[in-house]
Amino acid sequence: MIGYFIINGIQYEVDFPNDITLLELLRESGHKEVKAGCHTGECGACVVILDGELVNSCQVLAGSCIGAEILTVKGIGDLHDPHPIQQALVDTGAVQCGFCTPGIVLASYVLLKDNPNPTEDEIKVALDGNLCRCTGYVKIIEGVKLAAERMAKNA
Amino acid sequence: MRDFNNIGKNVRKIDSLSLATGEEKFVDDFFVDNLLYIKLLYSPHPHAIIKSLDTSKAEATEGVVLVLDHRNTPDSLHTTAGQGFPEPSPYDTRIFDKKVRYVGDRVALVAAETEEIAEEAISKIEVEYDILEPLFDPERAMDADAPRLHGEDAYAPIPVEYDASRNLAAKVEMSFGDLDKGFAESDLRFDLTVHTPYASHCAIEPHGAFAAIDERGRMVIYTATQVPFHARRIVSRTLGIPIRDVRVVKPRIGGGFGGKQEVFLEQLVGLVTWRTKRPSKIILSREEVFANARTRHPMRTRIKVGAKSDGEITTIDLDCVMNTGAYGSHALTVLSNAGAKVLPLLNKVKNMHFLGRSVYTNLPVGGAYRGYGATQSYFAYNQAIDMVARAANIDVLEFFKKWAIKSGETSDVFRVLGEGKEGVAQIIRSCGLEECIEKGAHAIGWKEKRGKHFRSGDRIRGIGVACSMQGSGIPKIDMGAASMKMNEDGSFNLYIGATDIGTGSDTIMAQIAGEVLGIPPEKFIVLSSDTDLTPFDVGAYASSTTYISGEAVRKCAVEIAKQIKAVGAEMLDIPFEDAEIEDGRVFVANTEKAVTYEDICYYAMYSHNQHQIAANASHFADESPPPFIAQFAEVEVDAKTGRIYPIKFVSAVDCGQPLNPRLAEGQVEGAVVNGLAYALWEEYIFSSKGKMMNPRFWDYKIYNTLDLPAMVTILADSYEETGPFGAKSVGEIAINGPIPAIANAVFDAVGVRLHEAPFTSEKVYRRLVEEGVNE
Repeated sequence: MIGYFIINGIQYEVDFPNDITLLELLRESGHKEVKAGCHTGECGACVVILDGELVNSCQVLAGSCIGAEILTVKGIGDLHDPHPIQQALVDTGAVQCGFCTPGIVLASYVLLKDNPNPTEDEIKVALDGNLCRCTGYVKIIEGVKLAAERMAKNA
Repeated sequence: MRDFNNIGKNVRKIDSLSLATGEEKFVDDFFVDNLLYIKLLYSPHPHAIIKSLDTSKAEATEGVVLVLDHRNTPDSLHTTAGQGFPEPSPYDTRIFDKKVRYVGDRVALVAAETEEIAEEAISKIEVEYDILEPLFDPERAMDADAPRLHGEDAYAPIPVEYDASRNLAAKVEMSFGDLDKGFAESDLRFDLTVHTPYASHCAIEPHGAFAAIDERGRMVIYTATQVPFHARRIVSRTLGIPIRDVRVVKPRIGGGFGGKQEVFLEQLVGLVTWRTKRPSKIILSREEVFANARTRHPMRTRIKVGAKSDGEITTIDLDCVMNTGAYGSHALTVLSNAGAKVLPLLNKVKNMHFLGRSVYTNLPVGGAYRGYGATQSYFAYNQAIDMVARAANIDVLEFFKKWAIKSGETSDVFRVLGEGKEGVAQIIRSCGLEECIEKGAHAIGWKEKRGKHFRSGDRIRGIGVACSMQGSGIPKIDMGAASMKMNEDGSFNLYIGATDIGTGSDTIMAQIAGEVLGIPPEKFIVLSSDTDLTPFDVGAYASSTTYISGEAVRKCAVEIAKQIKAVGAEMLDIPFEDAEIEDGRVFVANTEKAVTYEDICYYAMYSHNQHQIAANASHFADESPPPFIAQFAEVEVDAKTGRIYPIKFVSAVDCGQPLNPRLAEGQVEGAVVNGLAYALWEEYIFSSKGKMMNPRFWDYKIYNTLDLPAMVTILADSYEETGPFGAKSVGEIAINGPIPAIANAVFDAVGVRLHEAPFTSEKVYRRLVEEGVNE
């Protein structure tokens, strides 16, 4: 199957097997920042933003999103120009092993786009699909709050 | 608190921005051409002999390059436990064996051009088994008529009791004083038996390894490991490849918690790549991580306590039966720590006995897991203390303050009980437990809430406490080393064997070096855990990295400082003794005389008496100063359904001087949340045939954000003189508290003792009915 995808703003034409998932397509086309923790939609490490919506990319067939705009963690900020969410998670010590962090960043990104000033409970609901075994979530929640504050100031 | 430049500061973790932007590489993120994918065939039977194995159809499948099983692989006995040499775990494991010992034991391997082909070929392997009677009950394992798992050839490589004919993987016994006399002197007697279940580490990154042959024919293994140097040694010894031909590189690691202290995939990629001379990779599925990797050893713990009517404990008798599963990985040392990291806490008890036995069963394999035996044992220990204090009618906090070990004191347990040998006597130099108890009690509202049974509908509130200690490395065994060299801009390369698995150790090592040299941590380019480039370190386990590897870094930096001062003194034409360092320069106090690190390095490299300013240092310790912690749980128990709702959890820890408070808090918070899930839900559910039935996060629930109680973490004001800038360990200890603190809180709420973790609604409900709280 041949299809095009707009990944982090760049259009790619990809020849891929019919039955692969979006996660497999992304990782096999070099987007290793999309992590695989379970392949069964339980851990949230592989989330990406698909046409504005947060999805577990392991639960989406690649063939179902031909032509879609896909955002991975590299699409919202990089080492030299990080997104405020990425910087806030760094500043609050919310990144331990960092394997779940790309997913946490993207789930927070979707939350803050719709709700720039979330309560702690709203943050918890937004991140409930992203498992983390290192941090106990405390610093992650603090990081999302800090990002919201900083983004509000700079808005 | 002392005044430092780098120490005690919340320095940003040096890899955190590159992780948050997705730049860092984990083991599954390396691109190579010509890669072979490895899949494994696992036994469907808990106990069987492989009668025949036909791999011809698998081999004939197009795209299959190599099929391996017990007939064409080295059969040397070894242990997969990534420990020092010789390992204290029994040699009872082969890469592949004729006999399978649990559902999920390895039968064969396929390496193929794609994952799909490897999977297809696996399904074409035909195996006939002679089924043997399985052994599932650890209490039966030592019976004369119990099925026997291991043959005559299995052995312990160190002189310890090991008896495969009785399924005894390890035995530890210790005693002092006179138990009977202690019981005779007691007015109050308690006899409590508790159980803790199998659990999975659940690092979000699954286990994986990747091997390739380099330009000169050597093998490079990238692996998700906590123990790169042990991995190199074990691969070399099991495969018969010289150590000089193997390089192990640790990329970023997606969490370990003990699960990656196990060398069980490196041999497979090593074999495939060494034979085919092609790169190969194995990444376990989540199901395989649950069912085929390593676990927390389940334990049955019985504690008998005698105490006087005023609460003074006269006798403790602790008896642990640990289920090590099919193989004895960490069977001795986890068991030892169930006593060694627990019994010194009440150091005034004069009569003590500890008996631990690790036994084989046809169930998944145990291994290292954060807390390492102490977690299992503290469940019984802290409930017993709560029982004694209540019976003696004293506040359990006052009990701990009076009877727990203090600075300047020791315990006979340190001397008597080591890991496979005698222990190491030590005097506690820093103990902030009392401060932890006071601050924690204040944060939870102990006085206002304890024993009040606040009720709202069917829900009743209670609070409970658990105190514990751990260690900081294994004394006289663990060693870490560091080396450092200077660059022209006054920066330094810092090479450490210490293995950052997400803890932030790369960062705190830079903080330590920077503190010595009077420069910020950004001046260090840290490279850790590459067996070709960095010096040795035992790896990330036993809460050793900060205390052992950190001190190696400190010593190395002190040596560098000497060399810098010598060059500076030569440049300034002053006596060496007058040279001081601060802010990246050498200067003479009360004068204008100064020279920068940049100038010193240029001078040393290019100008006079040319040499590389460089040093290396190693460290091992004669003692293992314990961190201490007091943990408080506030819960609601639904008397109708048995469900426990954690409301608030407070941890107050003495980890010495926290080198990086945020990272230290993160260790505590992560361990607590893991512990809460272990207390409430986490367990392996087995079929009657011994198959693990819940190998997925849907059915093996760990905490997510919505499950969190209010969390409070307090770092006590403490300083350990023997540690680098006052530091002790913090990685493991906080997982010890949740189970007993919650159990004690449930008792405070409803007056019912819980004996079996996890405390699922069903079990708590049954206990409530048994005790007449719920009819």
